[in-house]
Amino acid sequence: MPTVYIPALLQGLTEGQGTVEVEGATVREVLDNLEKACPGIRSRLLEQDRLRPNICVAVDGSISRLGLRAPVSPSSEVHFITAVSGGAGSV
Amino acid sequence: MTHTLTRVRTTVNEEAVEFLCEPRQSLLECLRDILGLTGTKEGCNDGNCGACTVIMDGRTVNSCLVLGVEAEGRKITTIEGIAQGSELHPLQRAFLENAAVQCGFCTPGFIVAAKALLDAEPNPTEEQIRLWLANNLCRCTGYGSIVRAVQQAAAQMREVSA
Amino acid sequence: MKTRNYAVVGTRPIRHDGADKVTGRARFGADLQISGLLHGYVLRSPHAHARIRSIDIRKALAFPGVKAVVTAADLPRTPDRVVELADGPVRLSHLRGNILASDKVLYKGHAVAAVAAVSPHVAEEAASLIEVDYEILPCTLTAPDAMRDDAPILHDDITTMEFGEQTGKVCNVAEHFRHVLGDINQGFAEADVVIEREFETATVHQGYLEPQSAVALWNNDGRVHIWSSSQGAFSTRDAAAPILDLPVSRLKVTPMEVGGGFGGKIRIYVEPVAALLSKKAGRPVKIVMSRRDVLEGTGPTPGSYVRVKLGARKDGRLTAAQAYMAYEAGAYPGAQVAFGAMCIFAAYDIPNVMIDGFDVVVNKPSTAAYRAPGTTQAAFAAESVVDELAEALGFDPIEFRLKNAAREGTRRADGPKYRRIGCIEVLEAMKTHPHYTAPLGGPNRGRGVAVGFWFNVGFPSSCTISVNADGTVNLVEGSVDLSGTRTSIAMQAAEVLGIGAGDVNPTVADTDSIGYTALTGGSRTTYATGWAAYEAAQDVLRQMKGRAAVLWGIDPASVEFEGGVFRADGRSTTFKELAARLDMAEGPVIGRGAVNPSSVGGSFAGCIVDVEVDPETGKVSILRFTSVQDAGKAIHPSFVEGQMQGGSAQGIGWALNEEYYMSPEGAMLNTSLLDYRMPTCVDLPMIDTVIVEVPDPDHPFGVRGVGEANIVPPPAAIANGIHRAAGIRLRRLPMNPPVVVEAIWNRRA
Repeated sequence: MPTVYIPALLQGLTEGQGTVEVEGATVREVLDNLEKACPGIRSRLLEQDRLRPNICVAVDGSISRLGLRAPVSPSSEVHFITAVSGGAGSV
Repeated sequence: MTHTLTRVRTTVNEEAVEFLCEPRQSLLECLRDILGLTGTKEGCNDGNCGACTVIMDGRTVNSCLVLGVEAEGRKITTIEGIAQGSELHPLQRAFLENAAVQCGFCTPGFIVAAKALLDAEPNPTEEQIRLWLANNLCRCTGYGSIVRAVQQAAAQMREVSA
Repeated sequence: MKTRNYAVVGTRPIRHDGADKVTGRARFGADLQISGLLHGYVLRSPHAHARIRSIDIRKALAFPGVKAVVTAADLPRTPDRVVELADGPVRLSHLRGNILASDKVLYKGHAVAAVAAVSPHVAEEAASLIEVDYEILPCTLTAPDAMRDDAPILHDDITTMEFGEQTGKVCNVAEHFRHVLGDINQGFAEADVVIEREFETATVHQGYLEPQSAVALWNNDGRVHIWSSSQGAFSTRDAAAPILDLPVSRLKVTPMEVGGGFGGKIRIYVEPVAALLSKKAGRPVKIVMSRRDVLEGTGPTPGSYVRVKLGARKDGRLTAAQAYMAYEAGAYPGAQVAFGAMCIFAAYDIPNVMIDGFDVVVNKPSTAAYRAPGTTQAAFAAESVVDELAEALGFDPIEFRLKNAAREGTRRADGPKYRRIGCIEVLEAMKTHPHYTAPLGGPNRGRGVAVGFWFNVGFPSSCTISVNADGTVNLVEGSVDLSGTRTSIAMQAAEVLGIGAGDVNPTVADTDSIGYTALTGGSRTTYATGWAAYEAAQDVLRQMKGRAAVLWGIDPASVEFEGGVFRADGRSTTFKELAARLDMAEGPVIGRGAVNPSSVGGSFAGCIVDVEVDPETGKVSILRFTSVQDAGKAIHPSFVEGQMQGGSAQGIGWALNEEYYMSPEGAMLNTSLLDYRMPTCVDLPMIDTVIVEVPDPDHPFGVRGVGEANIVPPPAAIANGIHRAAGIRLRRLPMNPPVVVEAIWNRRA
């Protein structure tokens, strides 16, 4: 099962767990399942169904441009980290 | 306050030129905005960076600290006058061969200042080079490649004149 | 493509724009002359914090020679939203507010109005006639000060954000984040020695020699043309579009040559102002900032307060690390503290870590990126404590670092595990360098070391290559060339095509003429745009193979290319020969490459410095300096060395002399380059460089960006050297003579 690394300031929503294993073939599916296990966490990471502007997702060490659509394998690690933007965003 | 245009007759890069300028305009401004010689740069406008270095009557000066009207009757050399026709001056070649140019903004000031040094002292030590160029700031290179370029050019010029 | 022996990569050709740069022909932003040009002058706030009650521009507008005056009222009013720009996401209201202040000024130097006139002198004179009625407010100037409950508040709509949640309290802390690994309480309990220290760094500026400038023409067809001296034509367009509320299709940005950036020319300042003035005046407008405006009105790097606590066992293994990092964002949120947090302990494998970061607004210019943003401040703290800890445990400073060095598979506190990195290789190169064991040769001398890391970025880059009939190629790319990248990019294409670097004609194009290309920064240019050039060259080869196949009447799949020669069925033709015959075989060849690398290898850097401390004057002289850095693969070794030397020089200035010397009212007192003291030719020795090459796993040549990590270690290394020379531990930057002398006296007392 993919492993989600929970940012320290969100661990209040996961009963202190630093990692949570949830099913999912994409980051979106993983987040949906994470929300079921730890209610309230999705709204901290997403804004209007998109990743918040200052957050990006890294799957197995690679920051994915696909964001929520990024594929996740059963042994993947999913991290949420500070975005380094690069532009060509919402304009 | 009036800013009456004043006529200035001077020599720039061995050519006689004549222009009108306001007394409050610096030589730097006159070179860039009136004569179109934009090779000389403005970095600070108060004599603390050397990007505006030109040679006036044989001495290096910060052209931002010289008034345009003070150029009357003088001989001025700017970066545009350093190359020999379509041949680069040994200093210019040396700067390129030693990668002493990164952003290139300080380069005209350095080359003009270095030319004045080698005119005065054809065989300078590293310390002399560094002291002479202390008025020229470079933020990109850390100066080592510039010093080496000046040393190389000096050696080449001594060889030629030997 | 990762063969060991290259024909072009690794050589040192003269840069393609060399003649222009050494003759003064290269055109930087302020050099542009076009017909009808007006000159703009920006009026700036004399107060660090004040409400604007009114602005009266009538006298300025009536001044002879004035063609237009603008204030924030001329900026479009659109609903606030977050805009994603090259150096991070930012609120549109903050972006606009920094261009021209509307209801409040938040720092001395904050732009308030601008005048366009027939000459710069007329514009400046007219601007002095603009009457601004200010209500002065108390100001706050440091992070710890601004974090107090009774601190003056800069924005009444900033509440602390903690990972997506607003905590609801209006204050100056825009964001608090935390990274955790393991359990630091347990980690410190296991340690035999624990050291905790506080550090402060003053605001410093990137110090590029060329002030910001822009020319803008709001044309009669509604298109706005900006000639910009910035770190990216597309990034400038991306920032100008939302400010002016224009679709990007109505903006064309032409990049001029840039006289240094170092991160400080990613943000835009005068471009939108020039555009607004041009719209009103109906003529192009040029604005060139003065040096004082640059220091007071652009984006220096944050001053900082950092507390670091490290614990280690007697055997030298680090067991726990904790950092509290409060950075001054300046007037608007966005201090680069998050990056500092990613890099602060990046060189080490530590099982238990906690890092708390705070992004704090203060009444100073809105900070911007400066070469490995936020990381030099962090490393000054961390690398000083590492040095103290190593000494307390009786370890050589490099050995201690090797014992704890990060490697492939090590996990950083901010998240993912490292892929292949060169931390150990850099440390080994430092350890074995003759500098490390050379005699110091005199009293009052000491040697210090430190290491640093920058993660480097990817982002999109585009490139097209067209083949000329004489076997040369034209290469068009969109990366502003700060220091020679058009050549390092051309070299990578040349390598693929089997031609010389001089057979490639590179051009840096405007936003109408090349595909999207992200900023020149983040150490990405030789890496990502070089990769795009590599792909474009491969595309050229594919097409050329097809052309050869047509000429030979065979299947293209049987054509091979090696060493500059196309071969099939015993026949062969060189690249040049084939190029001359293209019109006989289906016409021109144009190759394209577009990349967007995501997992980028970072670069480790280290330095060894010998200092001499004069005990009477406190002057610290740099006697010897060696910079070591992992470049992955050095495309043009002279350029890599140049980056290492330049970053080291900036680090030295940051360590010893540079600072914003502020009055209690928030005015910078040293607004000239005389007193904002950057290193001169006399202040530095020759800086030796060692290029380590641990290839990036993905890049076709193994390139790792090198622009940034080299500025990170020098301040800590110098502090560590000063300790060994004079027995004093300095924990505030800059370590200038008065500070050094006072510390020596205190030690003697």
